[in-house]
Amino acid sequence: MGNEEKQNKVLGEGKGKYRVIGTRPVRPDGVDKVTGKANFGADLNVADMIHGRVVRSPHAHAKIKSINVKKALALPGVKAVITAADFPELGPGDIAAGEVTVSFHDMSLTVIARKKALYDGHAIAAVAATTPEIAARAAELIEVEYQVLKPVMTWKQAMDPTAPLLHEGQITKGVKPAPEKPSNVAARSEFALGDLAAGFAEAEVIVEHEFSTETVHQGYIEPHACVASMSADGMATVWASSQGQFMVRAYVAKLCGMDISKIKVIPAEIGGGFGGKTVVYLEPLAVALAKKSGRPVKMVMTRDEVFRATGPTSGGHGRCKIGAKKDGTITAADLEMEYEAGAFPGSPVMLGCMTGTTPYDIKNMRAVGYDVVVNRPKAAAYRAPGAPVAAFIVESTMDMLADKLGMCPLELRLKNAAKEGTKAPYGPKFLAIGYEDTLLAAKASKHWNTPLGPNQGRGIASGFWFNIGGNSSASVALNEDGTVIVVEGNPDIGGSRASMAMMTAEVLGIDVSRVKPLVADTESVPYSDLTGGSRVTFATGKAVVEAAQDVVKQLRQRAAKIWEVDIDQVEWKDGMAVAIETDKYKPLSIADIARMAGKTGGPISGKANINAAGAGPGFGTHICDVEVDPETGYVKVLRYTAIQDVGTAIHPSYVEGQLQGGAAQGIGWALNEEYVYSKEGNLLNTGFLDYRVPVASDLPMIDAILVECPNPGHPYGVRGVGEVPIVPPLAAVANAVSHAIGKRVDSLPISPPKLLAKIQSKG
Amino acid sequence: MSKHHISATINGDPAEFLCDTQQTLLDVLRDELNLTGSKEGCGSGDCGACSVMVNDRLVCSCLVLGVEAQGATINTIEGVAEGDQLHTIQKHFLSEAALQCGICTPGFIVATKALLEKNPNPTETEARYWLAGNLCRCTGYDKIIKAVMNAAAEMRGA
Ligand code: FES
Ligand code: FES
Repeated sequence: MGNEEKQNKVLGEGKGKYRVIGTRPVRPDGVDKVTGKANFGADLNVADMIHGRVVRSPHAHAKIKSINVKKALALPGVKAVITAADFPELGPGDIAAGEVTVSFHDMSLTVIARKKALYDGHAIAAVAATTPEIAARAAELIEVEYQVLKPVMTWKQAMDPTAPLLHEGQITKGVKPAPEKPSNVAARSEFALGDLAAGFAEAEVIVEHEFSTETVHQGYIEPHACVASMSADGMATVWASSQGQFMVRAYVAKLCGMDISKIKVIPAEIGGGFGGKTVVYLEPLAVALAKKSGRPVKMVMTRDEVFRATGPTSGGHGRCKIGAKKDGTITAADLEMEYEAGAFPGSPVMLGCMTGTTPYDIKNMRAVGYDVVVNRPKAAAYRAPGAPVAAFIVESTMDMLADKLGMCPLELRLKNAAKEGTKAPYGPKFLAIGYEDTLLAAKASKHWNTPLGPNQGRGIASGFWFNIGGNSSASVALNEDGTVIVVEGNPDIGGSRASMAMMTAEVLGIDVSRVKPLVADTESVPYSDLTGGSRVTFATGKAVVEAAQDVVKQLRQRAAKIWEVDIDQVEWKDGMAVAIETDKYKPLSIADIARMAGKTGGPISGKANINAAGAGPGFGTHICDVEVDPETGYVKVLRYTAIQDVGTAIHPSYVEGQLQGGAAQGIGWALNEEYVYSKEGNLLNTGFLDYRVPVASDLPMIDAILVECPNPGHPYGVRGVGEVPIVPPLAAVANAVSHAIGKRVDSLPISPPKLLAKIQSKG
Repeated sequence: MSKHHISATINGDPAEFLCDTQQTLLDVLRDELNLTGSKEGCGSGDCGACSVMVNDRLVCSCLVLGVEAQGATINTIEGVAEGDQLHTIQKHFLSEAALQCGICTPGFIVATKALLEKNPNPTETEARYWLAGNLCRCTGYDKIIKAVMNAAAEMRGA
């Protein structure tokens, strides 16, 4: 099997520069997680708690004519029933939140439908009762009268001018002049550089093709769960597993019409999110039920509910045309895509337009996207939202271009790779980026140089993601014995507490085992944006570094006071205060100074509240080898290598884990995963048996190669790493399969029956 | 309807509980006995997050009824470490960074222990197929498989 010798590699700078950064300590929250002690969303029970349950629409598209809750309320044990009438009716009004724009109007209607059910599984009402069983029975007793409407299930159906409208009066945004007639197209976006026609006129070779993908789900293993309680004075406490306790607080406040100061949100451990827990579903319902019943209410989704009613990401469709000179220089690229937003506007198609061609320096390009509403659950963020589908389309077309040019697809990418100074389609010029280095590392890898057998194919693809910064708060407190607590406001979704502890230890020059990280509730740490956009290790890390530097300054001040010298005469070195240019004073350790803190001015702590700018964009390149069974169309992934510019890897194991996990999700997206709907618009595969995410036996070892091109915008060179890894795999897999069968695979998922039909087709 | 009175041995200790007929063993462990280390990812036998041992057999506790536990010997994630001594498998999950969010981890550790009791020297392929009933959405399984293989090697050597 040889996995011992398959050492994952770290290339580039950073190595050996630091004492803690770049090492691989055991994560601070690890022991609780391997012993079953860690408390996730569904693990909390509180005194006097009752259980909530949601009534969901069995129809994909229907008017709600009436809701009768009398029978449910009469059932012994039922404590409260709520409908949309229990929530304030919100008008349109958007706010920016992380990577996507949030409409509270749409969000409130996603949490609970008012006049129309817009997808199978849409919440209509909720009940709370003394046991989960009674709540379930009560849910069945709620009588909803529907007027069933024709469902609109795909972008194609939705864009048909005769299609029923999901939202009467929806006028497409981003089109000038504004269309007079409403449609299911919520918005059009466009990004362009140079002169497209001139670019194509210059081209000696042109390729053009159409591609499609299906709706897929984030597939976190932990279903959404929360407990809410409300006291008689209107103070609410919410325990929830989410990607942001402050996000939950803000959304609950708005949707329930409460002041933010009246809501405390305590973050539970989160069992996976991948973007899907950047919104609320249950929390406002639980708060409303708790208010009405006067009892704490626990709500936990079933897996069926997770699939039917929580954020999948958009299925998409698109055309791509690329023109190049015979030597491979790309002269023009044109991309047009339609993404299914689900029931409310807000597919990530714009982000797809901004990322698809971004790995390349293309002087003349255009990317156009259509955001199309359909009777499916509203898309939520999913790891690099919008980018994987766009990359599938562009990177597959790049592969076709390489074929047509008779050029190695890696060399084609190298020839056109974006570098420092390249202007991105969405505006800025790149600072230091390591995209080329990922290609060179791919070229030098053992994988790229391994020969293939019959029915086997190799694919390569690249991907880009912005990564973001944003608001983060952190504090670092020195304990009396010189150990340290670092407090942050970002749920730890994949090991970020380890990174925070390590960066703190690096600044203070102490062992990481002396630093304890804590993810605090909304009243114990100032505001922080949610965990998403690959921002936490970068932005919250920056806050942690600044807070720790604040502590170092105070430590030097205290030493200066003890020695009666100027602070400039004291430096901080290897966890000690050292007097400069004199050996008159014995260096003071952090523990020495902590012990004397009371005598030198009181407790010591540092803090930072920042809006972090300078996030470094990320690029990755993946190589995939497959073997196709020509009899069945089954695809076996033989080898997989994920290479990425990760800036500086704070804890390389968890960085590799991001690359490996993203690759696995992308492989699932490429090969197996899809939402399957009936003609009537009911989701047919609402469990993991039929919605097939990759299992251990589906995958090989996934080699992770970390290229370190430090981000100039972070004190230790950190770049976000969590999202890039899901961008290249769709195309890497599809390109590999295409080469194995000698035909272009252009529709995901590449499920065996579909692939078999392709193999047997003439085209 | 009255509840059933069930006696079983859980993690080596005698345990008694009352349960409804329709309650699963997972419900009982989590809600009646407060053993929340076993997780519910699906409730349908597809994710393995609820893996426990019943009479030395690896099962999905969401597919077993509480009443079926009568007289049974049940071992859960809470019983894997001995006091403050982590099991070799747990140590390797930590040192190999074989978890990200950690929701799948209890199930994987219980299933790995069952594997290595049956087959102390599995090939990578055997380990992958044995663990195919345990879903992990975060790690891509790479580091989990490394942890399993390294734990197996250490346990054979010990
Ligand atoms: S909860 Fe039992 S297998 Fe998923
Ligand atoms: S670590 Fe998150 S599901 Fe496995």
